[in-house]
Amino acid sequence: MCLGIPGQIVEIVDPEKNLAKVAISGIRREVNITCIVDQDHPINSCLGEWVLVHVGFAMSRIEEEEAKKTLALLQELGEAQKELDSMTSTII
Amino acid sequence: MKYVDEFRDPALAQTLVREINELVEVIEFSKQRPIQLMEFCGGHTHTIFRYGIEQLLPKCIELVHGPGCPVCVLPMGRVDDCVSLAQRPEVILTTFGDAMRVPGSKMSLLQAKADGADVRMVYSPLDALRLAHENKNREVIFFALGFETTMPSTALTVLQAEADGLDNFSLFCNHITTVPIIESILNTSDMQLDGFVAPGHVSMVVGEKPFNFVAEKYRKPIVITGFEPLDILQSIWLLIKQIAEQRAEVENQYARVVASRGNRQALVAMERVFELREFFEWRGLGSIDNSGIKIKDEYARFDAERKFAVPNVKITDPKSCQCGDVLRGAIKPWQCKVFAGACTPETPMGALMVSSEGACAAYYNFGSLPELLALKLAREKQEALP
Repeated sequence: MCLGIPGQIVEIVDPEKNLAKVAISGIRREVNITCIVDQDHPINSCLGEWVLVHVGFAMSRIEEEEAKKTLALLQELGEAQKELDSMTSTII
Repeated sequence: MKYVDEFRDPALAQTLVREINELVEVIEFSKQRPIQLMEFCGGHTHTIFRYGIEQLLPKCIELVHGPGCPVCVLPMGRVDDCVSLAQRPEVILTTFGDAMRVPGSKMSLLQAKADGADVRMVYSPLDALRLAHENKNREVIFFALGFETTMPSTALTVLQAEADGLDNFSLFCNHITTVPIIESILNTSDMQLDGFVAPGHVSMVVGEKPFNFVAEKYRKPIVITGFEPLDILQSIWLLIKQIAEQRAEVENQYARVVASRGNRQALVAMERVFELREFFEWRGLGSIDNSGIKIKDEYARFDAERKFAVPNVKITDPKSCQCGDVLRGAIKPWQCKVFAGACTPETPMGALMVSSEGACAAYYNFGSLPELLALKLAREKQEALP
């Protein structure tokens, strides 16, 4: 819940609702990207960017290299799997 | 240095450890009493134990594990309220997996689910919103908890529910806010903290400014910190450096994620939907002024507390629990009377044993050998009493 997980934005799903798809370790999940969109960073500029995802919301842009290192560490900790399990095992 | 090889950059980790050792030499008071640093956040506590960070530090540095595990500090009465909401036949109660195991006075949400309540684990509040769209004849409640890290997600979900014109979605809001609890810890008279490892993802939302009071009013150094072992080690070095140089400043070690002004869009959403409660009960710590968050009147129709008759149960913590003393750093987890006896991660009595991010659960799972031996002796002594 508090650690978050890095992912890459691979598709803009709904520009009005600020919804996008992120890819995280081979899993795709719809997330809300309101918190990383502003005048300087319009929604279309988000495609391909790496973000830190917390409970279905992209909360911060991060460098690709940083994202990959963080992901590797989360995997080592077993935290990445926990997060991915909770994304995929969600009942809906 | 048994764990240093596991760090992202072992050479840097070793340099930091060496410099920390050199710096404490010039801190005179550390010869009389330990330098106490508090990591507020449960995520930090977990990393500290997982990587044995305390064992890398000189003996005169003591890490005090703070109350920043939202699942741990949730009072039993709120869990009971949530269970009673879940037991209403029209309700689908949704929440994060972590929250399902928290014991109430009678049962957890997981047990309520086993008894037939419609409780569903979701990854995101947006999943709860989707459930509300798909089940128009049911009332979908999201059990919202967490510090500022998760607050934007629930605020934005409420705003989306409003935009969608949903009338069967509401929040049971149990968000709590970081600053009042840090201030309350600083105001404790027997508190001797020398610096803070500040929560990285709370700061990602709120920015650096809300922590200024720690440096300005209380003259304590505070460093915003990431969640990797090297981040924490680097922050401890920054804190020790400040103490050695007799400075008290807010520093940002986690600038790769935390912007100094925080996240504007997140703050705007929170400001629209939420306001402070006059006081809020914390498990193990009692009532703390202005530390809880509620939904503003404008969004009352999305507030489960107002929509349903929530009993608002008050349950006192078990007397034998010493969570409050542990949280203030007055005692170590294993010094508590019930630690590892009546209170274990499987059957937690106290707040700090509830989640793997709680200090007691961390000690229980990753505690070092001398401590566990001492614990064993203490328990045997207790058992030998008539």
